[in-house]
Amino acid sequence: MALDPVTLGVIQAGLQQACDEMDLAFSRAAFSPVISEANDRSDGIYSAHDGSLIAQGAGGLPVFVGTMQHSTRVLIGMIAEGRVAPPVPGDTYIVNDPYLGGTHLMDVRFARPYWRNGAIFCWLSNTGHWPDMGGAVPGGFSASATAVEQEGLRLPPVKLFKEGRLDPEIHSIICSNIRVADQRIGDIKAQAAALDLGADRLDALLNRYGDDTVRAAIDELRHRARAQMAAHVRGIPEGSWRAQAFIDSDGVVNNPLVIDLEITRKGETLTFDFSRSSPPCQGPMNSVLATTRSSVYLAMRHIFPDVPISAGAFEPLRIIGCEGTFLDARYPRPVSGCAAEVSQRIAEAVFLALVEALPDHVTAAPAGTSGNFALGGHDPAHRRDYVMYQLSGGGYGGNADHDGLSNGCSTIGISKAPPIEIMEQNFPVLYHRYALREGSGGAGLHRGGFGLDYEIELLRGAARASFVMDHGRFGPPGVLGGRAGATNEVEVIRAGKRHVPEHLSKEQDIPLSPGDRVRVRTPGGGGYGDPARRDPALIAEDIRLGRYTAREARELFGHEAGDAE
Amino acid sequence: MGKSGIIGVDVGGTFTDLLLCAPDGSLAIAKVPTTPQNQAFGVLDAISAAGADLSRIGMIVHGTTTTTNAVLERKLARTGLITTRGFRDVLELGRRTRPHPYGMKGCFTPVIPRDLRLEVGGRMLADGCEHEPLDEAAVAAAARKLLAKGCESVVVHFLHAYANPTHELRAGQIIAGLWPNDHITLAHTLLSEAREYERGVTAAVNAAVQPLLGRYIARLSGELEKRGYRHEVLVMNGNGGMVGAATVAREAVKTVMSGPASGVMAAAATGRQAGIPDLITCDMGGTSTDVALIRGGEPGVSSEIEIEYAMPIHVPMVDVRTVGAGGGSIARVNEAGLLAVGPESAGANPGPVCYGRGGRDPTISDANYLLGRLAPPPGTDGARQDPAALRSAVEQIFETRLGRPLGLSPITAAEAVIRVANTHMAGAIRMVSLSLGADPRDFALFAFGGAGPLHAAALARELAIPRVLVPPRPGITNAIGCVVADLRHDFVRTLNRPLDEIDEPDLHAIIAEQRRTGETMIRCENLPVEHLRHVHSVDMQFVGQTHLLRVPLDDPTPTRAILQARFEEAYHRRFRVELPEIRANLVNVNTSVIGTRPPLDLAALIPSEGQRRTLAEARTATRPVRFDGKWHETPVLWRDHLPPDACIPGPAVIEQMDTTILIAPGDLAQGDSAGNIVITLGAAHDGT
Repeated sequence: MALDPVTLGVIQAGLQQACDEMDLAFSRAAFSPVISEANDRSDGIYSAHDGSLIAQGAGGLPVFVGTMQHSTRVLIGMIAEGRVAPPVPGDTYIVNDPYLGGTHLMDVRFARPYWRNGAIFCWLSNTGHWPDMGGAVPGGFSASATAVEQEGLRLPPVKLFKEGRLDPEIHSIICSNIRVADQRIGDIKAQAAALDLGADRLDALLNRYGDDTVRAAIDELRHRARAQMAAHVRGIPEGSWRAQAFIDSDGVVNNPLVIDLEITRKGETLTFDFSRSSPPCQGPMNSVLATTRSSVYLAMRHIFPDVPISAGAFEPLRIIGCEGTFLDARYPRPVSGCAAEVSQRIAEAVFLALVEALPDHVTAAPAGTSGNFALGGHDPAHRRDYVMYQLSGGGYGGNADHDGLSNGCSTIGISKAPPIEIMEQNFPVLYHRYALREGSGGAGLHRGGFGLDYEIELLRGAARASFVMDHGRFGPPGVLGGRAGATNEVEVIRAGKRHVPEHLSKEQDIPLSPGDRVRVRTPGGGGYGDPARRDPALIAEDIRLGRYTAREARELFGHEAGDAE
Repeated sequence: MGKSGIIGVDVGGTFTDLLLCAPDGSLAIAKVPTTPQNQAFGVLDAISAAGADLSRIGMIVHGTTTTTNAVLERKLARTGLITTRGFRDVLELGRRTRPHPYGMKGCFTPVIPRDLRLEVGGRMLADGCEHEPLDEAAVAAAARKLLAKGCESVVVHFLHAYANPTHELRAGQIIAGLWPNDHITLAHTLLSEAREYERGVTAAVNAAVQPLLGRYIARLSGELEKRGYRHEVLVMNGNGGMVGAATVAREAVKTVMSGPASGVMAAAATGRQAGIPDLITCDMGGTSTDVALIRGGEPGVSSEIEIEYAMPIHVPMVDVRTVGAGGGSIARVNEAGLLAVGPESAGANPGPVCYGRGGRDPTISDANYLLGRLAPPPGTDGARQDPAALRSAVEQIFETRLGRPLGLSPITAAEAVIRVANTHMAGAIRMVSLSLGADPRDFALFAFGGAGPLHAAALARELAIPRVLVPPRPGITNAIGCVVADLRHDFVRTLNRPLDEIDEPDLHAIIAEQRRTGETMIRCENLPVEHLRHVHSVDMQFVGQTHLLRVPLDDPTPTRAILQARFEEAYHRRFRVELPEIRANLVNVNTSVIGTRPPLDLAALIPSEGQRRTLAEARTATRPVRFDGKWHETPVLWRDHLPPDACIPGPAVIEQMDTTILIAPGDLAQGDSAGNIVITLGAAHDGT
């Protein structure tokens, strides 16, 4: 069927619109602040045939860009093999198994066939980050789990909704295994209602343009997204580039893990070979294959933001050599760090490998850690237990156009940090400082952005602090002659004595008493280009604004700051 | 003031528009170029152009972009910040975001640079208890230091001042003893809510635009006084109300969005008069389109508007959202071989190709031109050029830039541009209305701005909106808004308690107090008011949620059972979810007290002398216009010549000084007694 480019564009916009509306409805109706405030969720439309991605909401969390097509594909396969009961209209599956095309256990996926004249036309699916799925640590981010069972409840694909009705038995199994269960019914209904809305929008689109036209448009759009990414790939010179990115440790064994990536451009294909990377690890810094792939996709989309999110866009990208490495972990390896930390190191490896080939598009390394600090304890004043999360940003990498942004969100996220005033309302802590981390931006022609420097005091009750961060051992690398940004630093002041985690960026259950303090300094971004070429006026400006001392400027940029101050 | 006249004047990016309601009841309009260096000159030009005698004018209401432009271009007064020790970087760190979900580039410039942000000791806790006393000597030292650094304006912003403002108030007293002027902003006075970034930015913007707005208004007032005006100039606030020149600079931040707000106020007034109170407004200009929602004649007001990346202004403002497409948006073929329109724009200069000012990029306006829908605007070089040569030049550009890569003729490429642009704009309008909890099908589309009426019917079709309302003078809607705007005061009281713990008499007392305060304020303003209206609502959620749902109330003494029922209805309508398992939470109680001003007879905007008796006499030409892939020989009508109550079946093009209205085959346009045109989609077959 021949389609004119205009109808094609209109159908593309219609599919995108359906996904964007699902995203919006899900966030607005959700209870989990991780979804409603941090937008840690994503909605999309997937092929009935193989689950491949047709369209996904533009406001979805980047790390989910490629995971749901894997989980939908696995589900379709399991149904075909008779391992999962086949769907009838009104059924919605729930699944959070990381090894079946997922991320970590807290990312719960719903998948529902979209029916048309008695047949499945496509699948609708969404993922939401639930605040807790059980396991050893509230919230699920254990820094020292050694098996997935310690991380929480694992659900294979089962029908949570049967012919439109919530299955009370499965619901009750879930609620008996997770913390703060009473509000989850709200998230479940919000997540399902978003899929209802998507179905309505698809009805309207198909009724207007006809099933055959839309089907043909979906095929054509996939083809064109492939062509668009292929055109970008052809813009890269032929050849190979190799880069390494390091994770401080797996949280259990105190040795760095390496992502060793070689990217080769040949013809219209870009091959990502991870085979030299570290083997699977004991602690939770393993990645599952779906997350590894998704991390490559999101990195490429950061480089080429104009390419639509569609399976076609991924076709020129060939990802190989993950088997046998910690980037393709199998049951029962623990995986809680894969979505928040390992994914960002993978993206960093992609940036570092491609920056020489694409110096105008790619930035130096961003801070690249979610900076997860969890504090759990009892507040005697309000007679209640609490779990507090402080996620923090860091500096972005300098780039061809300008200096890196300060305190940007994680590479794989898009969430806003909560206000300090709200944190102090809800938890028994006092912030002494929430400041720009001076001196942290990596030197360069265009320097990295600055990280964050905060310090918190526990005011009352006993508590335990846990950290899952990264870049504590090595700062975010600079590129093309630029220098690395500052490393992540954590210190805990207990009874006046300073404690630094043995693994620098990771530790679990450090006991705190009132008056104890936690200080975190997040990484600065890597610098871009030779620091000696930086405009002296900009260096003087940075000194004047207290971003670097005159001495730092001399050491980092070789700048004689006689004219400043 | 019975015998005196009224002037509404709006300064936009390109034009300054004025509406004069003369003492004898006649109306005059003027449109002159904006004078960006000093907007007052443009205002004075517009007053002379309209021939107004200022000694006989009782009221001038002014919509201004002074503050908006100052913020967007960061041309701000030198401003210092005095804040809690440890927190001077809050204004630079923001909420840990980035400009776009994808792409790791982008910059951010804080309103106040780091060397002008100083810290002092003193700390409140979240419950309002003092944790550490204010270091008063440090406050004085900081103020002196900022003065030495040349600051003209200063903000005091302390953590948790919304819970206990004592430290901010004391610091304000200390600074007042040292500061040479009254440009001192205490953050909690503008916004008394938790969220230090949003409160801090709102206050910083206020301080940084206050001296600029103050000087501008003083200069303008002086000039007007010289020309015989004897009253106070009133300035439009972003909430759709107006405020006197003497006090406007005090809360200058509230005038950000002044212009768009007045357009929406005009739309609401027009809709009320026309009996169409539920509107989606669509103000399509050269580079962007502003969209707002009006329900029951009331524009939506939000306190959470972000005027650009990481620049939240949290004071009540008419909720106007901007979509990045306008008449000047450029069309191109992307790497996937698909047609894309915008966000790049040819702007006012050089503008679209058909303006004949050297534009070389195909734009939406050029597509409209090729399809016969739009003539080059009078006054542009395009209008003076040989029509055949101009057409061939535009066709040529469509051929090479779009037609060839897409395998289309220039004409079908132009049709494609319009279709793609409409699809994207309709999608954006739908997202805006949905995010505000409304279904576009329940509304009429109110089209204004230079390009709005040209696209309105197609957008309405795309959104399944049944009707389009085009006011008499779409190009000066903002100036009309200045004249018809109400007096308005908004009150919010935060309770944040489960509904079943709310005491009904307490709640009713809060609402009564809000009504009394507002009524007193309006009486003190001493301006002619027809009647007072009260609008009540509550913001609710289920316990545990973070987003709020606004639930309108129709009386000031609701019971808990009514609140529960209204909330459940509203929630189900929005999300189709019922949650009997979870308790409801009442977060805010909102009351707006509105003094409705005497109505203006908008019909007089089109003088009746010009009106002809029949449609045929209003016709100026016919020309081929392209609809749905076919050329239709289409009558071109002159708006000012249309007979009252004209009934025009599509296809038709209606031209007027400030816009062009397109009526597609099958649609029916009808004039009403107020001078509006209402286009009903698909009605021509029933109506003729």
